Amino acid sequence: MGRLILNRVPMKKRDPKERIKTFEEVALGYTPEEAIKEAERCILCKRPPCVKGCPVNIDIPAFIALIQQGKFVEASKKIKENNPLPAMCGRVCPQEEQCEEVCIIGKKGEPVAIGRLERFVADYEAAQGEVEIPEIPPPTGFKVAVIGSGPSGLVCASELVQMGHKVTIFEALHKPGGVLMYGIPQFRLPKEIVAREIDYVKRLGVEIVTNFIVGKTMTLDELREKEGFDAFFVGTGAGYPRFMGIPGENLLGIYSANEFLTRVNLMKAYMFPEYDTPVKVGDRVIVVGAGNVAMDAARCALRSGASEVTIVYRRSWKEMTARIEEIENAKEEGIKFMILHNPVAFYGDESGWVRKAELIKMELGEPDESGRRRPVPIKGSEFRVPVDTVVEAIGQVPNPVVPQTTPGLKTTRWGTLVSSPTTGATTKEGVFTGGDIMTGAATVILAAGTGKVAAKYIDYYLRNRDKPGVWEELTKDIKE
Amino acid sequence: MGYKIVKKRVLGPDSKMFVIEAPYVARNAKPGQFIILRVNERGERIPLTVAGSDREKGSVTIIFQEVGKTTKLLGTLEEGDEILDFVGPLGKPTEIENFGTVMTLGGGFGTAVLYPLVKAIKEKGNYVITAIGARTKDLVILEDEMREISDEVYITTDDGSYGRKGFVTEVLADFLKEGRKIDRVFSVGPVPMMKATANVTKPYGVKTIVSLNPIMVDGTGMCGACRVEVGGKTKFACIDGPEFDAHEVNFDLLMKRLGMYREEEKASLERFLEEIKKSGRA
Ligand SMILES: Cc1cc2nc3c(=O)[nH]c(=O)nc-3n(C[C@H](O)[C@H](O)[C@H](O)COP(=O)(O)OP(=O)(O)OC[C@H]3O[C@@H](n4cnc5c(N)ncnc54)[C@H](O)[C@@H]3O)c2cc1C
Ligand code: SF4
Ligand code: FES
Repeated sequence: MGRLILNRVPMKKRDPKERIKTFEEVALGYTPEEAIKEAERCILCKRPPCVKGCPVNIDIPAFIALIQQGKFVEASKKIKENNPLPAMCGRVCPQEEQCEEVCIIGKKGEPVAIGRLERFVADYEAAQGEVEIPEIPPPTGFKVAVIGSGPSGLVCASELVQMGHKVTIFEALHKPGGVLMYGIPQFRLPKEIVAREIDYVKRLGVEIVTNFIVGKTMTLDELREKEGFDAFFVGTGAGYPRFMGIPGENLLGIYSANEFLTRVNLMKAYMFPEYDTPVKVGDRVIVVGAGNVAMDAARCALRSGASEVTIVYRRSWKEMTARIEEIENAKEEGIKFMILHNPVAFYGDESGWVRKAELIKMELGEPDESGRRRPVPIKGSEFRVPVDTVVEAIGQVPNPVVPQTTPGLKTTRWGTLVSSPTTGATTKEGVFTGGDIMTGAATVILAAGTGKVAAKYIDYYLRNRDKPGVWEELTKDIKE
Repeated sequence: MGYKIVKKRVLGPDSKMFVIEAPYVARNAKPGQFIILRVNERGERIPLTVAGSDREKGSVTIIFQEVGKTTKLLGTLEEGDEILDFVGPLGKPTEIENFGTVMTLGGGFGTAVLYPLVKAIKEKGNYVITAIGARTKDLVILEDEMREISDEVYITTDDGSYGRKGFVTEVLADFLKEGRKIDRVFSVGPVPMMKATANVTKPYGVKTIVSLNPIMVDGTGMCGACRVEVGGKTKFACIDGPEFDAHEVNFDLLMKRLGMYREEEKASLERFLEEIKKSGRA
């Protein structure tokens, strides 16, 4: 191979002018030739740093080597040894802070496009027809309830069912998939792909019960006592929206990102009136925040008819938490950015509609607990801008319904479940956790990874629960 | 897989009652709670109060008024048909104790929402005075049912076509003026009526509970569409309510927020009526 190729093979995308008119997927993926060409940039390190950078330690050089040989389906299977959701992770993982950040080639040029390759092989495999179901071992007789059908729940359930346990997923909404379904928009993660993964989980034998809110429809303890579940996985995510708590916040036209995205993605408001759920997007939209959620909301607003969409962020470019690719996409599409600004109040007209946002300029001070420089308001710098719609995307915390209705389940002051970082076991015997309600709002791959770990220890627990001290062992590194 | 309508009853010109097979919801449903349903794949999610539930039969009763596209569409369904999604019970159950004398007010269609409450309040041994009001005689619903479970029943109509001419709140105001002892008031109906109730009872310091009906999406605390202002603080009606202390509620805000999609609702309804016309149904 010899010479290093410093630049990546570019991935085709829809033209920004065209794509802002539709919800079709923006990135179009590699062709087989492009994939092989990109794969050949990888020097197959003996001690690959990328594998350590990956939260679930995919054997990256191994799957890339298979691509180099044109063995795409084998490459996909290789990834699935560690990550059951490659088509999704290839699209939504923040690779630039994970595997690609530490890729050797990245020291001299652009890192190998690991994410694009992951996505390519997963799509390639799916295009070959229905993915085969592995052989399932004989039933163990144990029943496990998985609460929430986001990535953590889906992965945990599919692992457990492949160990011979009977698994039921309980989902509050009418469609499974969690954030993958209601949050991340079609143009970034087509729902057909999410549906395909869910279908696979069902074909493995997992039962999915939708329209079932654990804590309301039935409590966790009722499921244990009346329905005979032996163990539980709580993967209810971080779906409770935070509001800024500033004057005028309840004016009409002000949405939480969750509501805005749920209307658009889950309820398909972009197809109103064919679909019954509306969303109101005025001419001038501001989106507060600069994470993935904010980028998604801004780009949905643009596609729903806004003429000007502005991201308002209190810190600077460097601190933005969204994937770099999505920030680039947003810029290409004409989203404006007002960094180092923050809303302090909203003003409405007589009928209660938001009309103006009062913003204040910010500057960066000393680093805070997160290591990022703290934004400090500049006194007297307030000014007002006209707005018609506001979306607040300033973060989500865990939904309190399950913890509040399950005696014995302890939470931290951030609302996450107190649990063992190595096993996912919580403060209540037989109950495990993973995903955002364990870690705080994080990523799809971390959710998948923690779901997988929990499955392993749920299996261990079920097979050994009659032995004394098993729960103590599983929870010994819990720190409260 | 859907949720079967096992019984349908027409209550008034625009109001219907369905008994729906939903064993999981029936199991834990309590007065004051609600459900969310979605009629079909393209449908929106709408909240409706649980009007009754039968654990043994695994069924839940809902009563609804046909006001928009979704409720009109729902009204076209017949016994044996299925509703695609039906989830609950949602919200907090009503706090019911033996308060003594309780006055319950139902305005218009709110009477349907009030009915299960009255039943539960009576079962706790309270003396129950019920006043139900409607615009006109035809729109008075559940009168017989209310008479069966209340100690006293008063009817008002805006146009005087039945019962006393005027508003239910006037009945309440008279009692309070006369010095009749009322320990608690429950009021369910249009926002102006609930606001009026709050204004009537406030000077007397009679604790008053209202059931709010903001726009909702998920009903589980995930979106904030249902936010209301209570005691100057933002609350999510779906998980913190739907019942709140009337003296603390910002009714003007609620009224405005309810109108957020007025144009879209109108467009959607017109489109639906047009479709019905074309398809020859009616
Ligand atoms: C708009 C948006 C964009 C994002 N973009 C990215 C990205 O690009 N890359 C990335 O890696 N991550 C991204 N994330 C984060 C990522 O989606 C989450 O970290 C991940 O989905 C968490 O998975 P989870 O399994 O913990 O739960 P979730 O996906 O949150 O799913 C939880 C599920 O549990 C259900 N539930 C909740 N309570 C109950 C109950 N009581 N009973 C039954 N069911 C219940 C919910 O309805 C939901 O379906 C994004 C998040 C959002 C909101
Ligand atoms: S670090 Fe980069 S070059 Fe090395 S194996 Fe991983 S992807 Fe290939
Ligand atoms: S309806 Fe979504 S939070 Fe209440």
